[in-house]
Amino acid sequence: MRKPSLRAYRIIALFLLGCLLFNYPFLALFNVGATAAGVPVLYVYLFSAWGFVIAAAAVLVEGGG
Amino acid sequence: MLEGWVIVAASFAYIGVLFAVAWFADRRAAEGRSIIRNAWVYSLSLAVYATAWTFYGSVGRAATDGVGFLPIYLGPTLMMLLGWFVIRKMVRIVRLNRITSLADFLASRYGKSALVGALVTVIAVIGILPYISLQLKAVSTSFQILLGYPEIVMPPRAGTLVAMQDTAFYVALLMALFAIVFGTRSLDAAERHEGLVAAIAFESIVKLVAFLALGVFVAYGMYDGLGDVFARAAQRPDLDVLMAPLEGAAGSYATWVWLTVLSMIAIVLLPRQFQMAVIENTDERHLRRAAWLFPLYMLAINAFVLPIAFGGLLHFPEGNVDADTFVLTLPMTQKVEWLALLVFVGGLSAATGMVIVETIALSTMVCNDLVMPVLLRIRALRLTERRDLSSLVLDIRRAAILALLLGGYCYYLLAGEAYALVSIGLISFAAVAQFAPAIIGGLYWRGGTRAGALAGLSAGFAVWTYTLLLPAFAKSDWVGAELIEHGPWGIGLLRPTELFGLSGLDQITHAMIWSMIANVGAYVAASLARRQSAAEHVQATLFVDVFQQTGEPGSSWRAATSAAALQALVGRFLGPARAAEIFAAHARGRGVKSVDELEGDRDLVRFAELQLAGSIGSASARTMVATVAQEEPLGLEEVMTIIDEASQVIAHSHRLEEKSRALEAATQELKAANERLKELDRLKDDFISTVTHELRTPLTSIRAFSEILHDNPDLDPAERQRFLGLVIKESERLTRLINQVLDLAKIESGLAEWLTAEIDVREIVLEAINATSPIFRSRGVQVQTLAAESVPPVVADRDRLLQVLLNLLSNAAKFCTPGKGRVQVRLAVAGDRIRVDVEDNGVGISPENQALIFEKFRQVGDTMTEKPSGTGLGLAICRRIVGHFGGRLWVESEPGRGSVFSFELPAAAAGRLVANA
Repeated sequence: MRKPSLRAYRIIALFLLGCLLFNYPFLALFNVGATAAGVPVLYVYLFSAWGFVIAAAAVLVEGGG
Repeated sequence: MLEGWVIVAASFAYIGVLFAVAWFADRRAAEGRSIIRNAWVYSLSLAVYATAWTFYGSVGRAATDGVGFLPIYLGPTLMMLLGWFVIRKMVRIVRLNRITSLADFLASRYGKSALVGALVTVIAVIGILPYISLQLKAVSTSFQILLGYPEIVMPPRAGTLVAMQDTAFYVALLMALFAIVFGTRSLDAAERHEGLVAAIAFESIVKLVAFLALGVFVAYGMYDGLGDVFARAAQRPDLDVLMAPLEGAAGSYATWVWLTVLSMIAIVLLPRQFQMAVIENTDERHLRRAAWLFPLYMLAINAFVLPIAFGGLLHFPEGNVDADTFVLTLPMTQKVEWLALLVFVGGLSAATGMVIVETIALSTMVCNDLVMPVLLRIRALRLTERRDLSSLVLDIRRAAILALLLGGYCYYLLAGEAYALVSIGLISFAAVAQFAPAIIGGLYWRGGTRAGALAGLSAGFAVWTYTLLLPAFAKSDWVGAELIEHGPWGIGLLRPTELFGLSGLDQITHAMIWSMIANVGAYVAASLARRQSAAEHVQATLFVDVFQQTGEPGSSWRAATSAAALQALVGRFLGPARAAEIFAAHARGRGVKSVDELEGDRDLVRFAELQLAGSIGSASARTMVATVAQEEPLGLEEVMTIIDEASQVIAHSHRLEEKSRALEAATQELKAANERLKELDRLKDDFISTVTHELRTPLTSIRAFSEILHDNPDLDPAERQRFLGLVIKESERLTRLINQVLDLAKIESGLAEWLTAEIDVREIVLEAINATSPIFRSRGVQVQTLAAESVPPVVADRDRLLQVLLNLLSNAAKFCTPGKGRVQVRLAVAGDRIRVDVEDNGVGISPENQALIFEKFRQVGDTMTEKPSGTGLGLAICRRIVGHFGGRLWVESEPGRGSVFSFELPAAAAGRLVANA
């Protein structure tokens, strides 16, 4: 582990992506009154971004190699 | 159905099930078939993060802020991604150093400092106590509300109740009982509690199921799906703002970011999270699963928060029902009794899980880092001489658990009503965040010192107290409100909620900004101000470079003691039987038969210290071990000596390297010289064999012709004349050869006679051309002379120089094609040297032969097929002659295009010096 593996870099990259997704300015883009299927887009966005990060994390850490 | 006794029975039954789960897990652990060595159980146990605060409070916050509650769960999602790097490092450190708590971790990192441990404990207790009381409040409130069924009545203020009638009081006692039974049953060197972890994982499932059931019920039972809930809410102007609440109801983006950061810290550094994620971790690889499973759990438990919040707001438009209780009151209004009871149990499980783990973690800290160090230092108690201290340690922990729960209960009675649930939780988060600089610095910066940790923690905690705790007290009327509004002594700049005039921020953001500036600033400044001690340096390296270590860390104990004394010491804390077992196992591991044969060396002392550290903390363990093994920590002087020795060794090795390099060079030179000698020897042999061969050839022909003449007296006169001519010619050649060999030998041995004088090269060149003109004419070779009108004289032997020129010219004639040959002789002055070129348009010399032709007996061409047309010594002699007069002779040639033989001699002024030398 002294030299981080490719997977380690991927996880760190995902962390940085998460920091970006859960933050200004992305939040501001969705912080509008519009709705998608009746649900405010901000809520749809936050939960789907959250779900995406979790799914990506699962694929990254559980995947082989 | 929901009468009081049913609720009470359900609560007790639930806690009974918890006891059963914990007991079962403990039994399985004792049998060696652990049920918690499992990534799923580990991930679920981390969900102790979701407390009653999540269960009830998230809905309450969502009802006023919309998505404002989410950063508290997004932060941990991000942090768990880094878990493989950060948490795993902590797990490794904890395992190698037998660390038992967060306070122990920091104390151990900063030179096993009891002071750091104590400070961390105090901050943790003060910061977490309101959080515990928050859980008790949630249980009590939910019980009161459920008791009012079928009416929806908000409970009266806590203070109006008498403790003996209050359910929260009994719940607190039950939790204390559970914590005592499963948290402090025995002293374990690893300080792990399998039963506890299993129970917490079970509780995580219960609260998730309860919350999801309610969410589905509200969204699909009371309303027509998620879209319906939001659509109805959007029609209410007061709720419409919650659809896009950022920069509005949910506060600014700065608040959002700070809450995310705060929760990232909390997910690791809350004492209960540290206990579950780090101390109770059985396998580092479990962190991989937890990296996504735990965030997924939080996503699931938060998915229905907004629908429930909006459902509640729509259902109770008058606002007479506290949003924190929507979770419970919504099923009650629909008369779904089983769901109301399930939700109550879910809330109870969220609260009990948090309280139990938190009190156990805090009690370990209070006992190991606050009480024991003090007790051990009070000589009057003579504790260090007591035979069995293990029961004392356990009793202190039990008392600490009870005290913490009662403290939390008191806080709840006195102040619990002042804030909504979320605000209390955030104040605790902010307190715990004060550990972050010392922890992160401790993990990644070797330079962080004990003084830095103490300064940072104190400064951060002081700012936290001033900017968060004081305003909280003010709301409970414990301090005057005018202090908050106008600042102490009426100084506006010192207002606790707008310190130094920093306004426009919410309280948490404001407090975090100032406390982090103070904390990090003090930590770094104090760390840089003074050099760290040797003991601190040892610990810092152990922590920062934990992944570079193999096996157990080294020891700073240097004095020896006896194995029996160490065993007795460990026995006093772990019980004599357990100590005997451990030491016997250790003896077997070291390859000796019994404990008596173990040497009381530093490794054994370190082993004993680790065993003790597991039960009483590193700082106390150090104190205890010091009583039997005289500790001699590395002093500054010794460290300097070591460094000094190290630099001397480095210097020595440098010198050694240099010497070996010099030796190698000498060896190379010797090798080269040897090669040269061998080469010379070979050359000498070659020379002799060549000379004899060259001498034999003319001799053989002379002898052959002489024999013919001798044996045939009646030979034709013309024939006889021809043979005699050949004999004479061969004799001349033989003479020439012998002369040249002698000549060369003389030159080489330095015995040659040189008649040096200032001579005119031009004259010699012309003479040589004259002398050789018959040869050129006979071969049909044209000679051209380009000689400067006059050249400076050179110092040389006239005859020798003539010899050189004759040789060069006759060679040129020899190698030119008859009839087509052209030879050009040039004489020029080049600076202070005279240069002579003899150029021909003959066959030329290939580059590889150009050096060889100046060697003795080397003739270019195949000597087997071509009759040699010279002695093979001419050029060798020429080069030596020119060299003798300080000049040089060389050739430039291209096969097929002719050659240029040139030599240079220094003009007289320069040449005289050489000649006289």
